[in-house]
Amino acid sequence: MNEIALLIAATLAAGTPLALAGLGLLVNERAGVVNLGAEGMMAIAAVTGFAAAFLTGSEWVGFAAGAVAGAAAASIFGWLALWLYTNQYATGLALSLFGAGFSAFVGTGFVGKNLERTAVAGIPGLRDLPFLGPALFRQHALVYLAIAIMAAIAWFFYRTRAGLVLRSVGESPESAHALGYPVRSIRMAAVLAGGALCGVSGAYLSIVYAPMWVEGMIAGRGWIALALTVFATWRPARVLLGAYLFGGVTMLQLHLQGRGVQVPLQFMSMLPYLSTVVVLVLISRDPLWIRLNMPASLGKTFHPGS
Amino acid sequence: MHRRTWMQSLVLAVVLAFGLSACAKSEPPKPPAPAPAPVAKPEPLKVGFIYVGPVADAGWTYAHDLGRKALEAKFGDKVKTTFIESVKEGPDAERVIRDLVAQGNKVIFATSFGFGDSMEKVAKDHPEVFFEHATGYKTAPNLRNYEGRFYEDSYLAGVMAGMMTKSNVIGFVGSFPIPEVLRNINAYTLGARSVNPKVKTKVVWISTWVDPPKEAEAAQSLINQGADVLLQNTDSTAVLQTAEKNGKYAFGWDSDMSAFAPKAHLGSCALNWGPYYIKAVTDVLEKTWKVENTKWGIKEGLTEFVKVPDFVPAAAKAKVEEAKAFLVANPGAVFRGPIKDNTGKEVLAAGVVGDDKFKGEMNFYVQGVDGKVPAGK
Repeated sequence: MNEIALLIAATLAAGTPLALAGLGLLVNERAGVVNLGAEGMMAIAAVTGFAAAFLTGSEWVGFAAGAVAGAAAASIFGWLALWLYTNQYATGLALSLFGAGFSAFVGTGFVGKNLERTAVAGIPGLRDLPFLGPALFRQHALVYLAIAIMAAIAWFFYRTRAGLVLRSVGESPESAHALGYPVRSIRMAAVLAGGALCGVSGAYLSIVYAPMWVEGMIAGRGWIALALTVFATWRPARVLLGAYLFGGVTMLQLHLQGRGVQVPLQFMSMLPYLSTVVVLVLISRDPLWIRLNMPASLGKTFHPGS
Repeated sequence: MHRRTWMQSLVLAVVLAFGLSACAKSEPPKPPAPAPAPVAKPEPLKVGFIYVGPVADAGWTYAHDLGRKALEAKFGDKVKTTFIESVKEGPDAERVIRDLVAQGNKVIFATSFGFGDSMEKVAKDHPEVFFEHATGYKTAPNLRNYEGRFYEDSYLAGVMAGMMTKSNVIGFVGSFPIPEVLRNINAYTLGARSVNPKVKTKVVWISTWVDPPKEAEAAQSLINQGADVLLQNTDSTAVLQTAEKNGKYAFGWDSDMSAFAPKAHLGSCALNWGPYYIKAVTDVLEKTWKVENTKWGIKEGLTEFVKVPDFVPAAAKAKVEEAKAFLVANPGAVFRGPIKDNTGKEVLAAGVVGDDKFKGEMNFYVQGVDGKVPAGK
């Protein structure tokens, strides 16, 4: 019983960085922009956040620095893809590769450094409940913040005018443009927000989860976050659930190994991608479902005035 | 043996592409000693190192670089060392090695398994240069190998774990199920059971050498299942830090990691390459260099179990010291019969010490380890 509680706790912790990055990418994609640079933004943010937390001794300064760094990296992508009309996929890939190399280059001075550890308080009162306490209420604050961000994004998308405009830019930028909305600026704002959330995710990995900086430490989590948005068919709550599912699969695999159950390692590491492919196949069988959820202009360059 | 994951290789490729890294760095020249007389000084012996990782990795490469510094400290201006860090294994290494030779280096140390083919090729073309390959197996008239008996450290960590565990469950975070890693897991378990026969070892594999978040997850899963002392052969400090967070124990690997977890750290399985580098250069200077496959351990001081903290009870310290004394007297004797695998089959008869073949082809868990060795890389 206790082990199950601990497994649930570990699942939430493992899913949180995926959820944060996935929600950020969801915001871009709802505005019609695919940013394949998640891996690079997370790497740059991880090293920046770690450096800030190391130098100031405050993890929250680190998260903020990570968000700024992620947004800054995203702004390069946004400028290239939205104003210079470069291909979004190629630009995003370039950002991923650049971020991996750049973070390794600037981060050499922070490899092998040790952060002061702040104790995780959890939620007072609830943390001592039997079973539920260890399972749910002893997490880092960002775990709860990720859930709040999901709720905020869902509210923004479906309950506010600005959210409607953002989604319409993703569906039909020409129509939004004709109505007088500044399509490129809105898309840029979405790209920056996405970059900031990817940044918080990267900073969480280096400040709380690992906690350390070493080159290559994002290790494909940015790609999983990208896969998550598709897996979730572009719905905020499903991104969060998908992230927990992927986190749970990872942790369950490790627990099973510890119990001596044979699981092919390679199979488990491909599972998130496999499930994404399966979901893609399933949803493409139902055109209505895609039409309802997938932003119609996803990944398409928008030229105002054309 | 040490390899890069493909992610790191990708990163390195990008770094190279952007022209940001992999530049040769030399130590700044020492201020010239006030020469008493204008005697022509002999040219220093130039020694080149190629590293697979960054020197700041707090682990494998860092330990090699400490060895390089020990070499400089020993010989002063009689040697001049150069190192090139983060060199990708494979064809690119050959270019780097040729470059070092072209710069006049007369001894080349390559510190990763994957540099072997490149070393062999360049060695053939430059018979006047001495080549030294860490954890390799190929030899030529001017190419030889050096390696540590790393499992001796794991054995000492195991003895410590056996004394300190309260749950009688200890954990190991493994990278890939290859003989080198299995030797460590088995030595860890044999060490623990030598002082506490009730100990069981749980193993979790993560299929990578460095992925701190994943290492942390693996450590957490072991702790969740009751393991209270952890060892790893992955490269980062994440396992140690996860143990610290959970109030459990763990060990440092490759270098002294005590600073990362003051409450959890029970000792570090550190590597001290300095004595070997000094020996190798002495061989060259005194023209006594000959082809060998050097494997050094506790006795020679290449592997060391360091920084046992004060809070460890005297009884545990005494057991570790006892095991250390045994290994100094009987190098490599971690694997001595009778040893049974975890299905109960005898793999080493009583009184027999495992030879290089036995250790080199290890593909089983000893009694006390849970589970089965996965079919792996």
